[in-house]
Amino acid sequence: MNIYRDESNPLFQYVVGLGDDALILGHRWSEWLSKGPNLELDIAASNLALDLIGQANLLLEYAAEVEGAGRSADDLAYLRDTQDFRCHWLCEQPNEDWGVTIARMLMFSTYQYLRYSALMQSTDRQLAEIAAKALKEVTYHRRFAAEWTVRLAQGTDEGHRRVQNGFNILWRFVPELFETSGGERTLANDGIAVASDSLEADWRETMDEVMTKAGVSAPETSGRVMASRHNGHHSEHLGHLLCEMQFLQRAYPKASGATW
Amino acid sequence: MMAATNTRPESQPSSDKAAEIWAVLAGVLDPEVPAISVVDLGIVRGVMVSETGAVKLQVTPTYTGCPATALIHEIIKAAVISAGYFEVEIEQVLSPPWTTDWISQEGREKLRAYGIAPPVGEAAVGKALLFGVPPQVSCPKCGSNKTEQVSEFGSTACKAMYKCLSCAEPFEYFKCI
Repeated sequence: MNIYRDESNPLFQYVVGLGDDALILGHRWSEWLSKGPNLELDIAASNLALDLIGQANLLLEYAAEVEGAGRSADDLAYLRDTQDFRCHWLCEQPNEDWGVTIARMLMFSTYQYLRYSALMQSTDRQLAEIAAKALKEVTYHRRFAAEWTVRLAQGTDEGHRRVQNGFNILWRFVPELFETSGGERTLANDGIAVASDSLEADWRETMDEVMTKAGVSAPETSGRVMASRHNGHHSEHLGHLLCEMQFLQRAYPKASGATW
Repeated sequence: MMAATNTRPESQPSSDKAAEIWAVLAGVLDPEVPAISVVDLGIVRGVMVSETGAVKLQVTPTYTGCPATALIHEIIKAAVISAGYFEVEIEQVLSPPWTTDWISQEGREKLRAYGIAPPVGEAAVGKALLFGVPPQVSCPKCGSNKTEQVSEFGSTACKAMYKCLSCAEPFEYFKCI
């Protein structure tokens, strides 16, 4: 028995997962602010963070509504602990350098692109509408990441080394992208959710296209899912991220709410 | 496809009072691009006025994370209240999602006159390209087509940075999504 796995409300769990991915990756992008490789990329980072946090806001608002327990999107973002987050491990990994950040963005925006594309057909109208909106932004993110992958890899030896290093570090998180929980499968059968494993072939095709063009390769790993986000398991990095992201709301709980 | 003039919501007010409110909104400028109104921008999707004069507005965001969204709702409300309609409710709608195709023809000309190059072409549909070719944008200052993209991200989520190779002016481009 797992104390963290809560399948009492699969739609809530599913939507929280979508929202947490956007929130945590958005926070990672915000960490680049004032530290970008140059001014244009610093601005790009803030734009990417803003888009993702905007998506998180819509998704967590909807999750809160589905839950019906009186929690707000802010409560979900700022007052949950690590074991209640449902984001992918890939999203919570540290930025490291621009090469790792770009490799992660290519991997995850390609995934989000496919997931939102499929979710546009969801029988859940709210999810379908959010997906259609978010897809427009993610299409832009994916292109940004694809172009930077090629630019780094085809530029200098140092750029190639760094972006290749990003794929080397992050490829072990590929299997979790396609891990499909029981709750997700049931929702998918009802036409509400997208089964993660249905995205794998298209994801690999796009990654292959970009990585071949860039001249980088996927490392050989026998990666498999050791601990699941669906059970509330995370890498140590998520806790550190939440310490910073949730500090204000936790330190000054009485001031939280509309006053921010 | 660009929404044809006759299919834009402001061209089909549901009542005389609604037409009056549409006219008020046509004077409410986007706080981040104070050259065009929220109606030209295409983010007001519906105006309903009840028999008692209660107003319900449907507004859609440009980008999900646009930080101006809350402010836009406030100034829209203020304008409608100033016009004598004291009961105003704003509903955020997401569908159909906003794209640059929603910017009116008139709005595009206002953008250009303000120094922001309006979006070129139509928003990408179907299988979007993995690698983009920056669109050919003409300089809003001198009209030259010899321009180049400096960065695909700009001062707000909806703009990219360009420069003109003829007159050397840097300018912003309202990018297509």
